[in-house]
Amino acid sequence: MIAPLLVVLLLLGGWQAFTALEDVDEFLLPSPTDVLTALWDDRGLLWDNFRVTAGEMGLGLLIAMVAGALLALALHRWQPLRRGVYPLLVGSQTVPIPIFAPLLAAWLGFDLTPKLVIVALVCFFPVVVPTLDALTTADAGQRKLMRGLGASRWQTLRFVEAPAALPALFTGARLAIAVAAIAAFLAETAGSESGLGHLITQSIPQLETARAFAAVLVLSLFSVTLYGALALAERRLAPWAQLPKGPVL
Amino acid sequence: MLDGVTRRFGTVLALQDVTLRVRRRELVALIGPSGCGKSTLLDLVCGLQIADAGRVALPDGERTVLMPQGDTLLPWADALDNAALALRVAGTPRREARERARAELDALGLGDFARARPATLSGGMRQRIAVARTLLSGAGVVCLDEPFGALDAITRAEAQRWLTSTLAREPRTVLLVTHDTEEAALLADRIVVLSARPGRVVADIAVPLATPRSATDPAVLAVRERALAALGVDR
Ligand SMILES: Nc1ncnc2c1ncn2[C@@H]1O[C@H](COP(=O)(O)OP(=O)(O)O)[C@@H](O)[C@H]1O
Ligand SMILES: [Mg+2]
Repeated sequence: MIAPLLVVLLLLGGWQAFTALEDVDEFLLPSPTDVLTALWDDRGLLWDNFRVTAGEMGLGLLIAMVAGALLALALHRWQPLRRGVYPLLVGSQTVPIPIFAPLLAAWLGFDLTPKLVIVALVCFFPVVVPTLDALTTADAGQRKLMRGLGASRWQTLRFVEAPAALPALFTGARLAIAVAAIAAFLAETAGSESGLGHLITQSIPQLETARAFAAVLVLSLFSVTLYGALALAERRLAPWAQLPKGPVL
Repeated sequence: MLDGVTRRFGTVLALQDVTLRVRRRELVALIGPSGCGKSTLLDLVCGLQIADAGRVALPDGERTVLMPQGDTLLPWADALDNAALALRVAGTPRREARERARAELDALGLGDFARARPATLSGGMRQRIAVARTLLSGAGVVCLDEPFGALDAITRAEAQRWLTSTLAREPRTVLLVTHDTEEAALLADRIVVLSARPGRVVADIAVPLATPRSATDPAVLAVRERALAALGVDR
């Protein structure tokens, strides 16, 4: 915990010194103290928009986890489905969000729904892939044991494969957080009246660069928190998985 | 139990014309060099593979159970849930399965570890829990595939003594695969020696000694000598 803090402090110090010495315009590159001031002055504005984006990210991720787990189970259960759907899944990752997002907004409106669709869509892939892998590569000895006990496919899934895949589901979700933030941002820029992404795209042309930076700061702090929450949840729900002990971040 | 059984994987002949008869309540040790088809033989007995030739037959109404090679305890379940697995698969509700598993673990001297997850248990304890789980299936024919193969010598000796007393409490027909002639000589009523691939029966050694046995007992040593000779190992 100390080391990253030191690195951050060092970077911030350099940044502050640079803006002071070079006398950079605040709207081109605000100094860390400018950002902190904006964070305080605009706290009401930031909070309102934060709640919107946090909802989009959190809920979108949850949808991606539930739907991703279900799809992974289905693809695992039915091999032909896997051969048919897996390429489509990979293909879905190449859909360019900046082009797709305004279309979705046009179809589904400017409220939460299109954002959830985009966040969930983007988070889906990193959730499904490790989960499906873990389902299929569950320990061969344990499978043999189950067969030797006369277990049905459902029982093998229930007692062996699903628990084996649970840590992978969480790993996928943690990876998905990074893209969730980007997806929420892009979804908001495509059409919305609120959210941190919306706030950022508005602040730049208004020369409120410090406010935009403050919004980015809030967004990354939330991503880190979400990551920590997921790691904690994993430790509670899958305590046998070899997560390193100690702090989750 | 097996009658002229042959099993091949593609061009690899794993078992060739193996005939094996096992009496009720007998403990037969199967030994042979690695890759000679020991695990395959247990799969055939348990119906997990089908013989390419020959016949596999079990006494009427007997069920088989396999304890696979290696450590197959489920890491997410505590010792009790692991031991209860066979009962759960057979449809017993969780509570009842755990109660019966608890009684069994207590009876086998493993009660103290009931709530522990496998990762916190020693290798010897893990394999004992796995044996208890196998016995709890209630099957009359128990196939153990190198149950103590990965243990160090001292732990293995303790586990072997434990198995002897456990089988004295709960007599079963046992097929014990091992690559250790000492283990075979200590535990078995009969030792069946398989040749290198393709596995064929090259010796069938009766061990008419009372259990528990001592590894340094001259009679046990004599049995080991015979098994080693059949394996073609010079001493
Ligand atoms: N599923 C399989 N596919 C192909 N070859 C196999 C398979 N299972 C076992 N074999 C081969 O059959 C032989 C016997 O294997 P196994 O019964 O595991 O030997 P052991 O248990 O005596 O070490 C080995 O040569 C192994 O490579
Ligand atoms: Mg083997």
